[in-house]
Amino acid sequence: MKEVKCECGHVNPHGTVLCESCGLTLIEEKAQGKLHDMRYEGSARRSQTYNKTIVDKIWNFFSSVKVGVWLIVITLIASALGTIFPQEMYIPTIMTAAEYYEDQYGWLGKLYYDLGFHNLYSSWWYLVLIASIGVSLVICSIDRVVPLYRALKKQRVTRHESFLKRQRLFTTSASENIDASFEKAKENLAMKRYKIREEDGNILAEKGRFSRWGPYVNHCGLIIFLLGGILRFVPGMYIDDMLWIREGETKVIPETNGEYYLENKEFTLEVYDKEKDNEAFSDAIENAGMVPKNFQSDVILYKKADDSLPGEEAKLEQIKEYNIRVNEPLKFDGYALYQTEYRLGELSTMTFTMINKKSKEEFGELTIELNDPQTKYDLGDGYSVEVMSYFPDFEFNESGEPTTKSRIPNNPAFVFKMFSPEKPEGEISFVAIQQNLEPFGDNEYQLRFSGIETNDVTGLTVRKDLTLWLFALGGFIFMIGVAQGSYWNHRRIWLRRNNDEIWVAAHTNKNWHGLKREISTILEGTGIDEPLDQLQEKENQDSEIKNRNHE
Amino acid sequence: MKKQRLFIRTMILLVLGAAVVYTLYANFTKDDVKKVAVGKKAPNFVLTDMNGEQHRLSDYEGKGVLLNFWATWCKPCEREMPYMDKQYQENKEEDVQILAVNIGESDVVVNEFIKKHDLTFPILNDKKQEVQTVYGIGNLPITFLIAPDGNVVNVHEGEIINEQVVIDMIKEIKP
Amino acid sequence: MANLSSNLLLIAFILYLVAIPFFGGAIRQKKGLAEEKKSFDKWAKIGIVITIIGFIAQLGFFITRWIVAGHAPLSNLFEYTTFFGMCLVASFILIYFIYKTSILGMFVLPIALLIIAYASMFPREISPLIPALQSHWLQIHVSTVALGEAILAVSFGAALIYLVKAIDHTKRSKSTFWLEVIMYSIVSVVGFIAVTSTFAITDYKASYSYIDKNGSENQIEYSMPAVIGPNEWKVIEDGTFEPWVQVPGIINAKKLNTVVWSLVVGLGLYVLIRLILRKRIGAALQPLTKNIKLDLVDEISYRSVLIGFPVFTLGGLVFAMIWAQIAWTRFWGWDPKEVWALITWLFYAAFLHLRLAKGWHGEKSAWLAVIGFAIIMFNLIAVNLVIAGLHSYAG
Repeated sequence: MKEVKCECGHVNPHGTVLCESCGLTLIEEKAQGKLHDMRYEGSARRSQTYNKTIVDKIWNFFSSVKVGVWLIVITLIASALGTIFPQEMYIPTIMTAAEYYEDQYGWLGKLYYDLGFHNLYSSWWYLVLIASIGVSLVICSIDRVVPLYRALKKQRVTRHESFLKRQRLFTTSASENIDASFEKAKENLAMKRYKIREEDGNILAEKGRFSRWGPYVNHCGLIIFLLGGILRFVPGMYIDDMLWIREGETKVIPETNGEYYLENKEFTLEVYDKEKDNEAFSDAIENAGMVPKNFQSDVILYKKADDSLPGEEAKLEQIKEYNIRVNEPLKFDGYALYQTEYRLGELSTMTFTMINKKSKEEFGELTIELNDPQTKYDLGDGYSVEVMSYFPDFEFNESGEPTTKSRIPNNPAFVFKMFSPEKPEGEISFVAIQQNLEPFGDNEYQLRFSGIETNDVTGLTVRKDLTLWLFALGGFIFMIGVAQGSYWNHRRIWLRRNNDEIWVAAHTNKNWHGLKREISTILEGTGIDEPLDQLQEKENQDSEIKNRNHE
Repeated sequence: MKKQRLFIRTMILLVLGAAVVYTLYANFTKDDVKKVAVGKKAPNFVLTDMNGEQHRLSDYEGKGVLLNFWATWCKPCEREMPYMDKQYQENKEEDVQILAVNIGESDVVVNEFIKKHDLTFPILNDKKQEVQTVYGIGNLPITFLIAPDGNVVNVHEGEIINEQVVIDMIKEIKP
Repeated sequence: MANLSSNLLLIAFILYLVAIPFFGGAIRQKKGLAEEKKSFDKWAKIGIVITIIGFIAQLGFFITRWIVAGHAPLSNLFEYTTFFGMCLVASFILIYFIYKTSILGMFVLPIALLIIAYASMFPREISPLIPALQSHWLQIHVSTVALGEAILAVSFGAALIYLVKAIDHTKRSKSTFWLEVIMYSIVSVVGFIAVTSTFAITDYKASYSYIDKNGSENQIEYSMPAVIGPNEWKVIEDGTFEPWVQVPGIINAKKLNTVVWSLVVGLGLYVLIRLILRKRIGAALQPLTKNIKLDLVDEISYRSVLIGFPVFTLGGLVFAMIWAQIAWTRFWGWDPKEVWALITWLFYAAFLHLRLAKGWHGEKSAWLAVIGFAIIMFNLIAVNLVIAGLHSYAG
């Protein structure tokens, strides 16, 4: 654990390649080649210097960019695998997932299911991958930002000759009047908004250093974003529920502790109309058949105004009226209600007329609320009907008995007992849609079906997400960081006197072309030669050699 | 200096590790997160049974309550009803109450069901579907065991397969 | 107005086509003497002026269509893809003025042309917006994504130039092989456009009945001869072309048939080009790149990624999440299109890390830019047409 003292007198941390202050090469074998690797300013990356304990080993593993890139690539491939077949949440619920995948996609589908790819994005190994990327982000950033900060902070104006020589842009030029050249150059540099520092008559002009922090800022943003993902698992932070309400019904909104109620006044489904809507759409409507235009629930939001218990009649106070549409959720008190589903034309009432089968004479009407039928309907004059059995969603079970599949009146069926002055003991009939059976022989009376009313049901998603702000903050910081790092460049120009010569070297973290153009305007009229691009020189030489070999 | 670095690294790794472990744990248990969980106070409610009598859950404090949610079209519910009814008769004199909450079907349907199975214990009807919303009822049947202090001690999801299960449940909530 | 709109697109298409040879002329002239440098500038200037006029025409197409429809024309595959082509031209114009490289026009404009022509193969009628799309976020999200992807596509154009120049074409190698794969892919798009338009002009139609994946009988109409027939096909009218191959019900035979046609016609075209050129397409293109400096195209390629990546992130992830939260109740739902946007993002993130931290410059970086573009194209074409999801447009 030795610190390294450079000949300029600056003390560098162990492992530093180029002196933080003057740029002299401290570790020759790491600075091979004609040009310096300036990626981290030749600073001592902490991970590379200690490798003793298990903690250091884990640390070093995650601090490697190579590991980071591998993690990204593996995550990328894994993510792609999950899109081969739809994920479980998108498949229809007509059968179990195991059956569905095999039925739809054959043995490949079965394999997909067996490997757990139907729920890939919430599998433990996918989470481990994302988490590892998170860990890598934290450690890589900490590991690099500190030494980089030191190196940029400690840098001196006067750099060692060897440092300047091994910059990509470098040249020396003789000058009669160095002071005049420097004055002119300083003026031009200031016009280009460089920050100029001087020392012993040498110049360091620098701008856009803050762009070097861009990567670390965006990594911070990503970490905050991932924290949002963790926070979501905390109970109560994230709510995802469904509320089905029939038209005219008022129901308590789930997950609100019974505080809020919603009334559905009306549900509307509109489709585009060739005649009425923009005529430019007529071809498209023709081809597509029916194109939905609007799904809308007109609702009233209430708040409970007393401390009644669930099941008790509550006193409700109207909060607001709103039309919930797709893209326009109703928001209140951290909750949001979204228009996501609907059921059109659910049966709500059925009307029957009691008639005499022979004479067709009518003896009154009864309208049955399908969601809550009465037991007895009195038609007057000694005529009445009793509901003996009711099957809202009728079917025959395995043993041939009538039964109901659910409480929703999809296919209502009744067993009625009809009373009349002639038949005071009653006549039994079984009535379902398109059916009228008389299990005990020939009845004198009949209930004739005479009408239905239907009702639309709206399906609203109830959502509360207390983690959104973290995601938003993370995203925002990420965008700042990525813009900072991408749209600004860190440029440095060194001007150094060396006896009668002026040495010019320049460095940028990217966009060399732009730097070269800028330097040529800066050096205009100073009598200083433009620095040469030593990388391009080398490339030209290489290609010449290549060409010569071909010939 | 070196010790300090090791300490900082260890701390950072511990924090990161804890976050990862928590996330994985939470991901595995997210399906078990229930609105009414074991150890929590059972939400109070008032419901009327088919005889018109009001039942307020808090009135049963000091007694154990077996709270069942069911529907007529649910076959397992239909099968387990008689066991509960029988145990209700057995424990009438004890400090135990058995309540079965229908999820809001029409009276006609529920009454016919009661008649068919000759049920004698209180059948409540959650007409406005508020109680099931508060209890977060999804699949039926589901049975909550509430201790005399009003706390949920156990939640039985799915069918009660025989009478012994009900007997064991009652043991669990008897004061 | 609707007619004017489509005519403007046609004009733009023709102008882009006309501009290409001018950029080519600029390249040929450049190797001459100093006085010929002026004439180089002249050629390139004409080229860029024509391109800009073409761009304005396409902008006119976009605006007029917006006025007619009453919503931004970004709501189906045709509209999105033409807009993507327009953004590609805009990015080229921008990069041209930064780097003054006419060769980029020779590579990027043909790609833009192909993209616009490809777009025109899909239903072009103005369609009304379904409720989920009725939001200002449609413009904001979709246009930003298209712009970001277009800038990233410029990086592909520059990378292609790099590869054509840097690869040693004198001997067969992995690099020459993969470069030819790129060329063949591009030619196949031409194949697709040729086949689709030919059969559209001749109004070819053939119907078959078949058994779909749910086991029920169904009918399907092909708009090109069915080499690949659907599951247990039967011809409906006598004399209909009889398919050579039959595929099981889970595969969309009609789409596969189109792909096979495109690949086969593409192969025919490719072989034809090779016979005429008598060398690999890459090798034939190499002389065009003679005067360009490798490190400059490398920088253009890298710079495009740097400019495009934040724009893509903003449009494809940030805006996308905001809108998804409003329209679909959650900002992220692992819909295939979302996942592929994430994959694109992860890929370019890896690209930047390899470049910044691992020093992957030059050829390696160029290949990465090619792969990145392939992912973007996969997301545009395959994810819309093959993998169904919330984003799938009518296609």
